[in-house]
Amino acid sequence: MATKEQTKISKEVLFDLHRRMVRIRLLEEAAGRLASEARIPGFIHLYVGEEAVAAGGCVALKPEDQITSTHRGHGHLVAKGGQFKPMMAEFMGKATGYCKGKGGSMHISDLDLGMLGANGIVGGGVPHAVGAAFANKYKNNGLITMAFFGDGSTNIGAFHEAANMACALHLPVVFMCENNEYAEYTARDRVMAITDVADRAVAYGMPGVIVDGMDVVAVYEAARVAVERARNGEGPSMIECKTYRFYNHAGVDAFGTPYRSDEEVREWMERDPIKLFEAQLAKAKVLSEEQAKEIHAEIQAEVDEAIEFAEASPMPDPSSDMLTDVYTEVS
Amino acid sequence: MTVAETEERIIRYNNAFTETLAELLREDPDVFIAGEDVGRYGGVFQSFAGLNAEFGDERVVDTPIAEQAIIGLGIGAAAMGLRPIVDLMFMDFVMVAMDQIANQAAKMKYMYGGKAKLPLTITTTAGAGLGAAAQHSQSLEAWLIHVPGLKVVYPSNPYDVKGLLVSCVRDDNPTIFTLHKKMLGSKGHVPEGLYEIPLGEANVVREGTDATVIAIGMMVGEAEKAAEMLAEEGINIEIIDPRTLLPFDIDTVVQSAKKTNRIVIVHEAVRNGGIGAEIAAQIQEEAFDYLDAPIARVAAPFSPVPFSPALENAYVPNAERIAEGVRGVLHRSS
Ligand SMILES: Cc1ncc(C[n+]2csc(CCOP(=O)(O)OP(=O)(O)O)c2C)c(N)n1
Ligand SMILES: [Mg+2]
Repeated sequence: MATKEQTKISKEVLFDLHRRMVRIRLLEEAAGRLASEARIPGFIHLYVGEEAVAAGGCVALKPEDQITSTHRGHGHLVAKGGQFKPMMAEFMGKATGYCKGKGGSMHISDLDLGMLGANGIVGGGVPHAVGAAFANKYKNNGLITMAFFGDGSTNIGAFHEAANMACALHLPVVFMCENNEYAEYTARDRVMAITDVADRAVAYGMPGVIVDGMDVVAVYEAARVAVERARNGEGPSMIECKTYRFYNHAGVDAFGTPYRSDEEVREWMERDPIKLFEAQLAKAKVLSEEQAKEIHAEIQAEVDEAIEFAEASPMPDPSSDMLTDVYTEVS
Repeated sequence: MTVAETEERIIRYNNAFTETLAELLREDPDVFIAGEDVGRYGGVFQSFAGLNAEFGDERVVDTPIAEQAIIGLGIGAAAMGLRPIVDLMFMDFVMVAMDQIANQAAKMKYMYGGKAKLPLTITTTAGAGLGAAAQHSQSLEAWLIHVPGLKVVYPSNPYDVKGLLVSCVRDDNPTIFTLHKKMLGSKGHVPEGLYEIPLGEANVVREGTDATVIAIGMMVGEAEKAAEMLAEEGINIEIIDPRTLLPFDIDTVVQSAKKTNRIVIVHEAVRNGGIGAEIAAQIQEEAFDYLDAPIARVAAPFSPVPFSPALENAYVPNAERIAEGVRGVLHRSS
């Protein structure tokens, strides 16, 4: 991170970037622990390692802007203002969860926060970003939409159709790619003949930039440029963030998987986006190590409280809740 | 299968699948496999474990996340005379690829004057019960049996996995072969070597006199549990596993209906527009006069598959609900 750039960014923003990343990290570590203890049922796709992308992207947005998400959506919701209690409750399938226990980890969302939904279908959310951006333009409300998606999802038709349509209709969309080099258990180079997803942008007619996805300031800076373009009516942009998920595709195993080497995982962990940023903040005397610790402790307390809340919450009741929310009732 | 056979060689449902694929790859050089994560990693459920190592990247192909192109790859290669096995990781992704399946693969022969021959097998995994929520838990057989030109199979045990998979791959039509995710670890007798179970032949799993339960996939095992519960009450049910859902063996079902006069149909998909509706309609067309009670259906409520275990447990039909359904058709007539 160039300190020159940093001086252009207010302390407020730097704190915000830091806080959002730590909020994601601590919630995710807790979720992973609970999942491995079977206190959270089903699959869980953790965002640990990729925090700078969601935080850098969302800090560049207004609260009223919208985002779309993926199967790895916890971080996106936290970065968009998601609260721990209803998130934790949702992971556990409780009635007090954001989705009333019906969605779980893979469908975590809060439309009230402009988070249009984590998605179990790869690429499924990207076209929604185009639609949301269409509505923003239609209403002339000055808002924009940011689509988060993985490297793997750029291989599916829905992604290509959406990217082309957004450009053809000149819509206020930011395409935010999390290139973590793997789609599930398959390395990118086995299923793509290009190295950089950003190379695809030119084919649709939008700028594509590559940033270090472990550098939250770099992500934020790139997002700010793309968001401004979208807001000024200059059309879509694509940002490719080179990042890495520290844990397995699903669950909490970091090491000992057959499809990536422990050495590779360790190398990326050296570039932990939170540690990197905290070191920079300390060096620039913006946030001391001591102060960072306090923030972690404060957020951890909030996570612990959310776990208590979630565990004490009731399960949904099959006899009354099974068939609700299938349709909107005519009033 | 007989008792003597079950003593021979007990393996898992999932391993029966893997072993059969290996044997088919060895037997026929025109057979190849393509799908997401099926190569190096061996599939998300390890259903393809070891195949890439033995047969290489040319015959066990890792594909991008591209369900339409995966099915299309199979169609084009099949039209050129190969015998592709292409995988859709979860049955829910059938919808992503539905144009290639229903508009393309299923209709090619008919549209092109009978010249196209498509020995294409699509493998996939269905079923709820694992906390995988609305987009990774569905059973979509009803969507597929609506399409002329397809064949749809759904094995309920390891023996049938092998026999049906062999028949699918050797068939010259597009077939869809569905595993149940929750049954992957279940065990049963599977002989070594390849054998076929003809497509379109139902299996009478249990003979009985009081009512016939027609069950598919994981529901066959639940029906067997229900049979034990009901036997204690003096109720003796017959269980039929259609095995192939399209073409459907209506003759075996009608024979049974004429004997027991009472029918309960069980499936995991939602009741509305489910395969049970089609089976019930066919039974009443052929055996209306033999029925002593309205045909009952035990199926999922009309909602997406819920995530919460509290809801999902109540959502998926089980032995208890099947037994309840059987008691229902018996009480009505007595
Ligand atoms: C249409 C579809 N195909 C396949 C899957 C199974 N699947 C879930 S996540 C995933 C990999 C996604 O890779 P990427 O987009 O790079 O996201 P990452 O997991 O790396 O964050 C796959 C293949 C799916 N959910 N939906
Ligand atoms: Mg990826």
